[in-house]
Amino acid sequence: METTIELTVDGERRSLTVDTRTTLLDALRERLGNTSPKKGCDHGQCGSCTVLLDGRRHLTCLALALSYDGAEITTAAGLARDGLHPVQQAFLDHDGYQCGYCTPGQVCSAVGMLDEAAGGVPSHVTDDLAVPTTLEDLDDGEIRERMSGNLCRCGAYPGILAAVREVAGA
Amino acid sequence: MTELVPSPVEPKAIGTALPRVDGVEKVTGRAAYAVEHPVDRPLFAWLVTSTVARGRVVAVDRSEALAHPGVVSVVDHTDAPRLAQTDNGELAILQDDAVGFRGQIVAVVLAESSEAAREGARLVRVEQEAEPFEAELREDNASYRPEKVNPAMETDTDQGDVDTALGTATTVLEQTYRTPYEHNNPLEPHATTAWWSEEDGRERLTLFDSSQGVHGVATALAPMLGIDREQIRVMAPFVGGGFGSKGEAHAHVMAAALAARTTGGRPVRLAVTRQQMFSLTGYRTATISKFRLGTDDDGRLTAIEHRVQEQTSRLREFAEQTASPTRMMYAAPNRRTSHRLAVLDVAVPSWMRAPGEMPGMFAHEVAMDELAEACGLDPVELRRRNDPDVDPEEGLPFDRRGLVECLDRGAERFGWASRPRAPRSTADGEWWVGTGVASATYPAMRQPGNVARVESTDTGFAVSIGAVDIGTGARTALTQIAADALGVGTDDIDLRLGDTALPMASVAGGSSGTSSWGSAIVAAAQQFLADHGDRPDPGLWTEASALRGDEADRFSFHSFGAVFAEVHVHRYTGELRVPRMLGVYSVGRVVNPTTARSQLVGGLVMGMSAALFEESVRDPRFGHVVTQDLATYHVAAHADVAGIEAEWLDESTTTFTPMGSRGIGEIGIVGTAAAVANAAYHATGVRVRDLPLTADAFLE
Repeated sequence: METTIELTVDGERRSLTVDTRTTLLDALRERLGNTSPKKGCDHGQCGSCTVLLDGRRHLTCLALALSYDGAEITTAAGLARDGLHPVQQAFLDHDGYQCGYCTPGQVCSAVGMLDEAAGGVPSHVTDDLAVPTTLEDLDDGEIRERMSGNLCRCGAYPGILAAVREVAGA
Repeated sequence: MTELVPSPVEPKAIGTALPRVDGVEKVTGRAAYAVEHPVDRPLFAWLVTSTVARGRVVAVDRSEALAHPGVVSVVDHTDAPRLAQTDNGELAILQDDAVGFRGQIVAVVLAESSEAAREGARLVRVEQEAEPFEAELREDNASYRPEKVNPAMETDTDQGDVDTALGTATTVLEQTYRTPYEHNNPLEPHATTAWWSEEDGRERLTLFDSSQGVHGVATALAPMLGIDREQIRVMAPFVGGGFGSKGEAHAHVMAAALAARTTGGRPVRLAVTRQQMFSLTGYRTATISKFRLGTDDDGRLTAIEHRVQEQTSRLREFAEQTASPTRMMYAAPNRRTSHRLAVLDVAVPSWMRAPGEMPGMFAHEVAMDELAEACGLDPVELRRRNDPDVDPEEGLPFDRRGLVECLDRGAERFGWASRPRAPRSTADGEWWVGTGVASATYPAMRQPGNVARVESTDTGFAVSIGAVDIGTGARTALTQIAADALGVGTDDIDLRLGDTALPMASVAGGSSGTSSWGSAIVAAAQQFLADHGDRPDPGLWTEASALRGDEADRFSFHSFGAVFAEVHVHRYTGELRVPRMLGVYSVGRVVNPTTARSQLVGGLVMGMSAALFEESVRDPRFGHVVTQDLATYHVAAHADVAGIEAEWLDESTTTFTPMGSRGIGEIGIVGTAAAVANAAYHATGVRVRDLPLTADAFLE
């Protein structure tokens, strides 16, 4: 069964027909031709498909597209619309990637995570859950924990940590 | 095409931290991987796989699948295009009704959408007849002696008289070490886009394939498909990791090629699912290593015996060279190594980062740690005492034997001197704290048959070679090599790779890429300058291949390293953490310190991941791996990785390559799991000889 939805993707409003079974990830990749979000596992286990959905980081492989009619999505490609996002530049500067496949997801996750931390959202390793976090609380342990939903098989974690740390401290 | 022995290159761009030339595409996601290239009206393919480990396909009922909206066709063994050659049992799919392992491709569904293809695959009813099978590696069934082990090494070696030497040794260590099945799990699942067309009256197959070697894919597929190699074009501009599993074409590539031959030219997009990767795209065999070591009064080895048992698939032989590092690592007058296989009805094993060295050195280096304790020696000192003057296997001098320097520098940087000798000596709150060391080694390899093309353009030089950058940084490192070989800046180089339309190149594997491709590029550049001078008009070109001199007859070429690890083990839960690791390497000249560090650190991360997490559990009752996703096959995540550093000795080995480099892709994973296991022993006094090191082993 097919249905028509509207999505704003990287600033552009798009109308598209999806199967009721179409995931948000496949809608982006196979129906809209935006392959910036990657499919690494299709099961919410690797984080490669992470985008910013209405401003928050989100796994698109576990989301059915028709549930997100009207949503606003920013992919890593969209983050670079007006030049590279500072997180992307930091990934380049710290070689926070190798093969590049998990990278768009890592970048979106980092951007979303920095917003969460700045907005007071605690993590599993936050000492005092009663005190809202700020970017200043993002020590290495916090960054590692908060980025652990995004796997990198090339093992570029030290570079990713350095990149995120730099942007958090900027 | 000219063949020449290239002269050493004066490093200018080489050795500098040039940022990756393809970085912007990667951080924005604009880099296009195998099923991301826009093609006209693609059909989506979904694989249907066997559910018996051995047997026959009795019937394939496609009716429900074909009735599903969007499903276009189902291809199975009754109507798939016939292959001209079928000797490669892994690739010769859909040709008959035989099932050789659980998870083998038995049909391909093609549909207008991936959703319809997936549902169609679910609706294909495959009736199978099960036959008796064997899918378990045991000591009592691993008795087959292969003719050679990967890639073409002796199966067994025997020097001196091991039994007599062990009989008179002062200290004897005899232990068995085990490593589990491991899956490469690159983040990009294996994937292929394939279409057939006609050109000048001849069939033509075009593939975008997630591959470590585009030329190798074309060479493997062409004779099976009954066409000339020139009729296949394979492209891989970006590849999302491989770690060996994309080193050769696996069955899904053939599935895409066969299915695409039935569509009247419509392209087929086939992405293997993460689950299917556990049966279709290669893996590392489990290994059993039986070690016997004997020493004299001073801790000098008098005998080394390493007997390996592992498995292969009945469909296609792959014999991991697990004992190969044992043949050259330490001095000993008496030495015996052997490999025996269990031939099982299972998926086909293949290369995984440092095949042979990774499992073999885990066993050897834990054995050395145990031996050090038995001899009352510091583990670094034991290794120093047994450092050989010449390659024990070849009898040749090492061009560079940097092991002791790596150990010494690492020991100093890591603070090894302050380490208490006895295990279970240090606690930090509820955590036992320990440190461990292991050696690493990997052979330096240069593959023959690489050709590069240098062409002058309006803006500089186009440098072409049909190699693949799977994330290693090859595109960047080769740009630097080309710039220095031509005496220009890196901005003047337009480096082209990842396409069989470009000259012949060997696989990105065995840490041989930069050495093999770089030497060809240097040869082509030097020949270009000889042919056309250093101020050429645009449009001139030269193709050349690098010959080797007689250096391989004079030297043994290996890289070395020393890995130090600090491990914390929780006193009550057995949880392991690795807060600190350092690898120091002797790898020849480093072409790009940024990408090299990422390669070495990445290897250390993967070795640590193997130490703590990685294990594919096969159910011998059914013959397949049950831990077939990233929730049950754990790989290291951000939170697992802290304080990992890699550094290298300042050196150059122009006897091996004109760049002075020796290769860096594999060595980071070698020895790392042993260093972690040795540190865990030092922390707790519990010796674990089987990977991975899980918490239960440390519970009191």
